Amino acid sequence: MTRNRRWLSRFGAIIFALFLLAVWQILAALEVISPLFFPSPLRTLSELWSQITSGRIWTPFSSTVVRMVYGWLAASLLGVVLGALIAGSRFSKLLLTPMLEFIRPMPASAIIPVAILAFGLSNRMSTAVIAFGSIWPVLLAAIQGFSTVEPRLYEMADAMRMSAWDRFRKVSLPGAMPDILAGARVGLAVALILAVVTEMQASLPGLGQSILMAQRSFRTPELYAGVIMLGAIGFGASMLLQWVERRLLRWRSAQ
Amino acid sequence: MGKRWLGAVIPVGVLVSWEAAWHIENVRMESLSRPWDVGLALFHGLAGGEFLIATAETFQAALLGFAIAAVIGLVAGVVLGLLPWLESVVGPSIDAMRPVPSVALIPLTLMIFGFGVRMEAAVVAFACLWPILIVTISAVRGIDTALLNVARVLEMSTYERMVKIILPAALSRIAVGLQLALAISLVVAVTVEIVLNPRGLGHGMMSAQQAMRFDQMYAQLLWIGAVGWGLSYGSQVLLDRWSPACRADRAKERS
Repeated sequence: MTRNRRWLSRFGAIIFALFLLAVWQILAALEVISPLFFPSPLRTLSELWSQITSGRIWTPFSSTVVRMVYGWLAASLLGVVLGALIAGSRFSKLLLTPMLEFIRPMPASAIIPVAILAFGLSNRMSTAVIAFGSIWPVLLAAIQGFSTVEPRLYEMADAMRMSAWDRFRKVSLPGAMPDILAGARVGLAVALILAVVTEMQASLPGLGQSILMAQRSFRTPELYAGVIMLGAIGFGASMLLQWVERRLLRWRSAQ
Repeated sequence: MGKRWLGAVIPVGVLVSWEAAWHIENVRMESLSRPWDVGLALFHGLAGGEFLIATAETFQAALLGFAIAAVIGLVAGVVLGLLPWLESVVGPSIDAMRPVPSVALIPLTLMIFGFGVRMEAAVVAFACLWPILIVTISAVRGIDTALLNVARVLEMSTYERMVKIILPAALSRIAVGLQLALAISLVVAVTVEIVLNPRGLGHGMMSAQQAMRFDQMYAQLLWIGAVGWGLSYGSQVLLDRWSPACRADRAKERS
């Protein structure tokens, strides 16, 4: 019964998606909005298909992905280390928290002009901006995660005379991991946004630059195809991290 | 917390050594303006009203986009939260659109609306819609079914049920989603301005950088930070005062 219902809702979901595409197609065919801005889904998808099969889309696609991953990895590693340090001592918490609280709500893109000044219109600039922006979710989650590790586990570790490194590796890190991974997933979404922003701002190769170029020369189907690809990157990255999360946290479900 | 002043140690230390370095001939860098000049630029920008005008422009777009997203997100969220079958049909289409990074829509909205407040608000609305929608759906779904049964027994009309049962019960969780979206709205508005929209705080910073007025650039960065902090602090205070449920939760957390 429930299985039947699940298939029914999945069928309904596909019908609804097709219905949306059909509405889009009809609106485009009636030219309610100028076709200059609003190409039909068929034109968009055939453009996307031809870009994929001809291989033209892979160069900007991979530049954007590499950019996003570099900045995000740097931010995540730094976030976990800083988070452990801040959560580890009351002194560093008092020292750093007010400053972090001030910087955290600041729009990360506001650092772009400063980063351009420091690094020029380069890939280093873009990596620095991405890392700066995507560190906050990881850092805050890591502080939260490291501070809420079950204290009795630390007592155990002390009783077993674990070294500081073992204590970190075997007790703190696994305890904080669920929070860290959740923060890292938010950070990855921020990283993608900032990758696109820096590509647009500094004309660095990637999908962000491609769609801005497509807009300037009114190649609208190409613009839509780029937006769809960016959505696919965001979707794929989040799926991948969810999969990692399930694998890494498998031990928790046994409890 | 008798050691509050510790939080000021690093910022003050950085400022003092920065100012000191400026006075040493070989260390001085033109791109790092003197803190004193930055302070002066901040004072003049605020006293002359330029920063305030730019802030008003940014907030105009951010709040317009936020309001559009809030209306759509709340209405759609309540409907989808009450009708699980509809959510299972529409949900996958939403999940397919959600990972598109909001900034990818900049070229598209630029083409449709041209430069100005409307294109900026459109990008902000897209970015704010998803958190509001998702939180509202789960908040409505989390309402105690006993409450809904009460509404049924009392034979309330749809409108009555909405105003007297559903919204009050889901409000405290929805408010948290709205707070998140409000923070996002400022971030996205500044980002759009930095990338290409010639208005507001973001553009002010970009043009100060291009005019080599680095003192003004840093002053605006500080101001943007203060605005972001003020918005997040203000919305937190508002949330605490406005929703007793949140206050109760917090009191519980503290004890």
